[in-house]
Amino acid sequence: MFHACFGSTINRRLVLVLLALLSARMVNAADRLSFNRDIRPILSDACFQCHGPDDKQRKAGLRLDEKESALKPAESGLAAISPGNVETSELIKRLISDDDNLRMPPPGSGKTISPKQIETIKHWIAEGAEYQGHWAFIPPVRPELPKLVSAGQDTVNPIDAFIRSSLESERIAHAPEADKTTLIRRVSLDLTGLPPTPEEVDDFLNDKSSDAYEHVVDRLLKSPRYGERMAQQWLDFARYADSNGFQVDSSRYQWPWRDWVINAFNDNLPFDQFTIEQLAGDLLPNATRSQIVATGFNRNHRLNGEGGIIAEEWRVETVIDRVETTGMTWLGLTLNCCRCHDHKYDPITQRDFYQLFAFFNNVSESGTLQGESKNTDPVLAVPTDEQALTIAKLDREIKAAETRISDETKKLPEYIAAWEPTFKAKLSDNSGTVWSPLQPTEVKSEAGATLAKLPDGTYLASGANPAHDTYTVVARLPAGSFTGLLLECFPDESLPNKSLGRYPNGNFVLSRVEAEVTAPGLAESLKAKFVKAEATYSQKGWEIGLVLDDIPTNGWAVDGPSRRDPTSAMFLIDGALTVPENASITVRLKHEALGQHNIGRFRLSYTSLPPSTVKLDGAKFPEALKAILDLAAKDRSAAQNAELEAFFKANVDSPLKQAEAALASLKKKQASVAASIPNVMVMQEGPPREAFVLNRGEYDKRGDKVIANLPSVFSSRPPDKPLNRLDLARWIVDPSNPLTGRVWMNRLWEKFFGTGLVKTSENLGSQSEFPSHPELLDWLAVEFTQGAKPWDMKSIQKLIVMSATYRQSSHRVHGGENSDPENRLLAYGPRFRLSAEMLRDQALFASGLLVEKQGGPSVRPYMPDGVWDETSRYGDLRGYKHDTNEGLYRRTMYTIWKRTAAPPSMLLFDAPNREICTVKRSRTNTPLQALTLLNETTYIEAARKLAERMLLEAGPSPHERLSHGFRWATSRRPTEAELAVLIEGLNQDLSRMKTHSELAKQIVSTGESKPNASLDAGELAAYTLTANVLLNLDEVVTRE
Amino acid sequence: MIQDELNRRLFLRNSGLSVGTAALATLLSSPARANEASPVGHVALPGFPNFAPKAKRIIYLFQSGAPSQMDLFDPKPMLESRRGENLPESIRQGQRLTTMTSGQANFPVAPTIFKFARHGQSGMWMSELLPHMASIADEFCMIRTVKTEAINHDPAITFSQTGSQLAGRPSIGSWLSYGLGSENQDLPAYVVLTSFGSGRPDDQPLYDRLWGAGFLPSKHQGVKFRNKGDAVLYLSNPPGIDSVSRRATLDRIAILNKQHYDKVGDPEIQTRIAQYEMAFRMQTSVPELLNVSNEPQSVLDMYGPDVKRPGSYAANCLLARRLAERDVRFVQLFHMGWDHHGGLPAAIRGQCKDTDQATAALIKDLKQRDLLKDTLIVWGGEFGRTIYSQGGITATDYGRDHHPRCYTMLLAGAGVKTGTTYGETDDYCYNTVRDPVHVHDLNATILHLLGIEHTKLTYRYQGRDFRLTDIHGEVIKGLLS
Repeated sequence: MFHACFGSTINRRLVLVLLALLSARMVNAADRLSFNRDIRPILSDACFQCHGPDDKQRKAGLRLDEKESALKPAESGLAAISPGNVETSELIKRLISDDDNLRMPPPGSGKTISPKQIETIKHWIAEGAEYQGHWAFIPPVRPELPKLVSAGQDTVNPIDAFIRSSLESERIAHAPEADKTTLIRRVSLDLTGLPPTPEEVDDFLNDKSSDAYEHVVDRLLKSPRYGERMAQQWLDFARYADSNGFQVDSSRYQWPWRDWVINAFNDNLPFDQFTIEQLAGDLLPNATRSQIVATGFNRNHRLNGEGGIIAEEWRVETVIDRVETTGMTWLGLTLNCCRCHDHKYDPITQRDFYQLFAFFNNVSESGTLQGESKNTDPVLAVPTDEQALTIAKLDREIKAAETRISDETKKLPEYIAAWEPTFKAKLSDNSGTVWSPLQPTEVKSEAGATLAKLPDGTYLASGANPAHDTYTVVARLPAGSFTGLLLECFPDESLPNKSLGRYPNGNFVLSRVEAEVTAPGLAESLKAKFVKAEATYSQKGWEIGLVLDDIPTNGWAVDGPSRRDPTSAMFLIDGALTVPENASITVRLKHEALGQHNIGRFRLSYTSLPPSTVKLDGAKFPEALKAILDLAAKDRSAAQNAELEAFFKANVDSPLKQAEAALASLKKKQASVAASIPNVMVMQEGPPREAFVLNRGEYDKRGDKVIANLPSVFSSRPPDKPLNRLDLARWIVDPSNPLTGRVWMNRLWEKFFGTGLVKTSENLGSQSEFPSHPELLDWLAVEFTQGAKPWDMKSIQKLIVMSATYRQSSHRVHGGENSDPENRLLAYGPRFRLSAEMLRDQALFASGLLVEKQGGPSVRPYMPDGVWDETSRYGDLRGYKHDTNEGLYRRTMYTIWKRTAAPPSMLLFDAPNREICTVKRSRTNTPLQALTLLNETTYIEAARKLAERMLLEAGPSPHERLSHGFRWATSRRPTEAELAVLIEGLNQDLSRMKTHSELAKQIVSTGESKPNASLDAGELAAYTLTANVLLNLDEVVTRE
Repeated sequence: MIQDELNRRLFLRNSGLSVGTAALATLLSSPARANEASPVGHVALPGFPNFAPKAKRIIYLFQSGAPSQMDLFDPKPMLESRRGENLPESIRQGQRLTTMTSGQANFPVAPTIFKFARHGQSGMWMSELLPHMASIADEFCMIRTVKTEAINHDPAITFSQTGSQLAGRPSIGSWLSYGLGSENQDLPAYVVLTSFGSGRPDDQPLYDRLWGAGFLPSKHQGVKFRNKGDAVLYLSNPPGIDSVSRRATLDRIAILNKQHYDKVGDPEIQTRIAQYEMAFRMQTSVPELLNVSNEPQSVLDMYGPDVKRPGSYAANCLLARRLAERDVRFVQLFHMGWDHHGGLPAAIRGQCKDTDQATAALIKDLKQRDLLKDTLIVWGGEFGRTIYSQGGITATDYGRDHHPRCYTMLLAGAGVKTGTTYGETDDYCYNTVRDPVHVHDLNATILHLLGIEHTKLTYRYQGRDFRLTDIHGEVIKGLLS
C-alpha cells in the first residue's frame, strides 16, 4: 500500500530500502525467529492458498500451516521442511529453483516471494523450524513488563513500559509530553468527540495540581457526550441506518436501538454484558425491555423489498449478514470467505460457517421487507416514559368506564320506562314529518353577500360574491332532541347558468357545516358533531362525506355547470343532543375550498328523530318499533324487548349512552397513543429452522444438515446440549476466547493512535499484520478481560489516555525516519484528520450552534437539493426538506441516513454507506473535502456564528476578537505571526465589505439562524470570512 | 520555499498588485504526497498498466433496468409462427424465475413486433427502434451472449458494477482509479452521469454503491455530477463570497497551514495545502467542462434536441465527450427506465428515442475528433428479458420479465473487433448456444483493453486479495481487434 502514499519513483525506491531496514530491525530485535511474527506472514501470502487450510484447493497433499503436514513426506515423497536442515528441505529447493515447472510459488500464480524472505525462511529452518499456532487464536497470557534501561523514564503505566522498551531497543528517542492545551483538546476530542471550551482550557492551564489531567479525563468520561462519541463508530459496525436499503430504500425507525447504544456506553455497561445483550438479550431469563431493544444490533441489516424477489433467498442473505457482521465486529474474522468454501488462510471451514449460521437462523422473520416506511417484524414497542404513563392512565380509565357501562346497563329498563312516554308523545306529534324547517331569526353572509328570504322559506344569495363566504343561520329550536340537519339547495333564474351555485359556472363547494345549540340554561354551547352525511347527488371527487372531515380545502359540489336539479344533503350526529328550553341553534355553512363557490339558494330543516331511523327523503319511523311501543311493557316478548333496548341504546341520549361514548373516546385515545409509540426491530426466536451447508453459498443448494455450534478451531467437542444465540454470545465474551479482548483493545488503540497495534484492525486472522507490539496487545487484552475491573470500558480507556505514550507531543521527533517511517513505534504522537461527524460537530460547537439533546429520532440538517431524488423515484425517502430548527444543529450522528444516497458530506469524509458492517474507515485528504469545509451551508453558518461570538464576547480590538475566535477553533492562542496574517486579512475584508455591502448582506444571511441585528453586516461579514479561514485550518480539522 | 512564495503573494496583494494563481498552484501541487490527493491527480500503481493499453479511457453507457435484447438486437423471426404458444419446458430447463412470473400458469411466447434489418458492411442485425445506431453498425461489436447470475435488479446491477451481487465491493470505475490513477489534474478520475428515461419515467432507482469505492480508499469513489445545483457537490462559493474573497481565504489558510507545518513537521499538512489549491482549480475546470455554449450547432444537432435539456441522456453524452477530451479515465452514464414488465412496445420506443441518436452521435463525435481510437465504449444493462410475456399478450402489447441467461451488450472504439456479432442464442433467445460471455469475462476484457491483467489488479482487504473479477473471468479474445 506504499504506492498510495508516496508519489515518485524515487520515493518508492526509498521506501523499499526503508522497508528492508524495517524488516531487518524486526528480525534482529529478537534472538530467535518467531513463526508467527516472521514466517507465517510470508507463507500465508505466498503458499497457503494451495498449501493451507482449504482442503479443496490443496495441492500435492501438502499444507504448510501445520507442522505435522509440513514435516512429513508429501505426495512427492519428499518432506517440505526438515527442521535444522536447510539443504534437505524441499520447500527451500522449490523456492529457489530455476525450473519454471518446479519453482514455487508457480510463475503465473500472481504470488511472489523475495530473496530476503527466502533467507528468513532458511534461517528459521536452520533454527529448528519451530511452529506456533496463529498468534490471535492462542489465548493471551499476561506478559511480564519489560524492564527499561534508561532510568527516570517518564512512564506512567505499563503501556509505556512496552512502548518505550521498543523505542529503546531501536535507540529512538521519544517526544516530550504535549503542551497542556494540545493535550486537553486531544483528550476531549477523543473521549467526547468535541473540543474543549476556552474556559475548560483555562481551568486546566490554571490547575497546577499533579492530578489536573486526571480530573479532566474523569470529567470527560462522565460526560454524556462520551456515549455519543463511542456510539458513532458502533453505528458503522452495526450498519445502522434510517432506511431499508436496496432498490426501494424506504424508511425504518431503529433509533431506539441507537439510544440504547448511547446509554449503554454512558452507563459503562461492561463489554461482556454489552455484547450479550446485543447478540442475545432476548434470550436472557426475564429479559427486560432494554435487553431486547439491544438485539436491534442484528436487525440493522438491509431488507430487500424489490418486486419479484424470492423470500428465502433474501432471508438467507440476512442470516449470512448476521454471521459476517458478528464475526467481524467481535472476532475480527472475515467469515464471509467460508460462505462458499473452507477459509483459505484461517482454520475455519465452510461447515463452521453454517454452524454459526444456525445460531441466527431461527428468527421469526420473512427475510423481506414488510411494507414501506415502517419496521419489519419482529418488533418491540418502546414507549417513552411519558407515553408509558399515559398508557397506564388510559388503561385505568378504560377499566373504570367499562365498570360504569355495566352498571348503567343494569339500569336500562328503568331508563326505557322513563323515556317511553315522552317519546311516544313526540311520535304522535310529529307523525308526518321527519324534517321540520328551521324558522330563522337571523340569516347572514359573513363576507357581505345579500341573503334574501323567498316566500317558500328559502334564502337566495345575491350582490357581492365573496371568495370564501360563510352563511350563518340562527333559529329557535324546540326543547327535546336534536339529531340532524337537512340542507336543500335549489336552482334559481338569478344564479349563473340558472343553476345552484354562485360561481360563474353555477357550481358551489360546501367545505364544512357547523351547528351549535345555545340556551340560557347552558353554561357552554352544545356542539353538534356530524358523523354521517348523505346527499341526493355528489359530483365525482367532491363527495358529500368530505364535508365531515375537518379539511377546508375539499368539500361537496353538485356539478353546477351541467345539472340544475334541486339537491339536498343531510348531516346526522351520533346519538342526540338534548335541547333545553328556550334554545337556539346556530348553523354555519362554510365555502372554503374554492373561490366564489358559494351556495345560491337554500333552506335548512332539522330533525329530532333517532339518526338511524332518519332518511334523506324524510321516510318515517319504523312501523315495527312503533308496534312494540304500542304494546304494554309486560306484553312484550323477550325479542321485542331486545329490539327496543337496541333502539334505545343506539339512538337515545342516556347515562348509558354517555358511558359508552366515554369508553369509545378513551379507546380512540388509546389507539392514537399506541400508534405514536415507536417500535424497534429486534431478535425473537421462532420455531427452529433446519440449517444446512449451502453449496457455493446459494440458498437453494443445500448440502449437509448442521446444528448450531462453535467453529471447531475454538471448540472441538460437539456440544452436550443444543446451543443457542445466548451460548454463542457467552462464548464470545468468555475470558478463554482469544480474539474478543484483543480485537476490542486493538480498536481502542486505533481510536487513540490512528493505527491499531495490528494495523489490519478489520482482520486478526492469519492474513493480518503481525502486531507492532504483540506483548502490549496481549497485556491490554488480559487486563481488559480479566483485570481488576473486567470488561470495564471506561477504566481501560482511562488507562490508555493516562499513559505517557498517549500524552506525547505529536510534533515530529527525528531519529526514526529510517527504521520506523510510519511511526508505528510511537516515538511521537500521531496526528490524524477528524471524522466526518467530529468535523461538523466541532464547527457547530465552536460557533455555539450545537443543540445538545441526546437520542431520539433522526434529524434533517442542510443537504443540497436533489440528493435523494436524482437517481430514485421509489420509496418515501424523497423530496428531502431540511429541518428549520434544532434539527439543523444536532450532533451529526443523529443525521437521517438513507443507505443508497447517504449524507454526501459524510461520504466525502470517508464514512461508509452503512449497507454492510464496516469496522474501519479509510482516511483520505481530497479537494472535495476542501470544497465541503469551504462552502457547505453548515460551515458557512457556523463561521458567521463564530464571527458573532468574536464580536460579542471578546473585547473591542480586532486583536482580542481574532484571538477569541482562534481559541474556539484551535483551543490555543494564536502566535504573533498568525495574528498578523489574520489581522491583515481582516482589514482587507473590512474595507472590501464596506464597499460591497450587497456581498456582505449575502454572507451573513446564509443559514436558517438570523444574524444578530445589533451587528453591522459589513463587519460581521468580514469576521465571517476570517472564521471561515479558521474552521478550515489543518490544525482545526486535525486531532493533534 | 512555499512560505516565501506565499509571503510574496501577500506582499503583492497588499501593495495593490494582483498575481495569477498559477505559480502558487504549481508550487503547492508538487509535494511528494500530493498523490494522496485524489480524486484528482493521483498516479497509477507500480507496474500498471501491465502492458500497452488499447484504450486510455472508457465511456460506459449503462442502460439500467435491462433492455430487451429480442426487440433490439437478437431477432428470432421463426418465433412469429409460435406467437402465444407456451415456452417449451425443454427451453426453460428449470430456470428460476422471479416471483413476478413464477406463478403464471403459462409462458406465452411473445415475438417482437419490431422490424429488423441488416446494417453496414457487416450486415449487423438491428431493430427499427435504433436507426441512428444502425447507421454506424460497423462501429459496434455486438455480444449476444452475455450472462449474469442475479434475477433481480439490485443484485444484478451491483454484480455488473462490482463483480459481486452483494454490497461492499469497489465498482469498476473505482478499480480503475485505484489501478491506473488519473490523467487529469483538475477533474476526478471517475465521473458518473445519470438520467431518467421516458419509457418508464419513475424506474429504476440507482444507488451510491454502484459507483462506490467499497473497501478501496474512498477517494476512488465515482463523483456523480448532479443535474441540479452544483454539478460537483459544494463546488460553488457560498452566496456573497466571490472569487476575490475566496482567493484571499485560500491564501490565508495556506500561509497559516504552512506556519503550522514548520512547527509540526507533518507532510500531511502540505498535502492539505495542495488539496485546497486543487479545489480552487476545480471551481474553474468543472464549470468550463459544463459550459457547452461554444459547441457548434452542427454538433448539438447531431446529438438531437434533448441535448439542450440538462440531465438528459443526450446532454450527458455530450458531457461524456467533453470529459473524454479532458482525459477523464472513466465516464459512466446510467440511463434509467428499461424495465419493461408490461407495455413494452410503448416504453421501449421512449427509451430508444432517449438514447439512440445521442449514442450514435457520441461515437461519431469521438471519431471525428480522433478520440475513438483510444476510447472504449460499452453499452448495455444488468440482464436481459424473457421471450415469454409477463401477463397477457396482444397483437401490439406485451411485457417481459428478467432474464439472466443471455442478453446483448455492445462494445465500440479502442481495441474492439468492430463489425462483429459475437455469440449465438437458441431459437427462443433463452439459452446460449455458442460463446457465452459471463459478466466476469466482460469485465476482464474491459480491463484487458485498458492494459490491465485482471488477475493482477488486486487489493488486500480483510486478509484477502480481492479483485473485480473475484476468482473468475477470462479475456474474450473474439471481442478484440
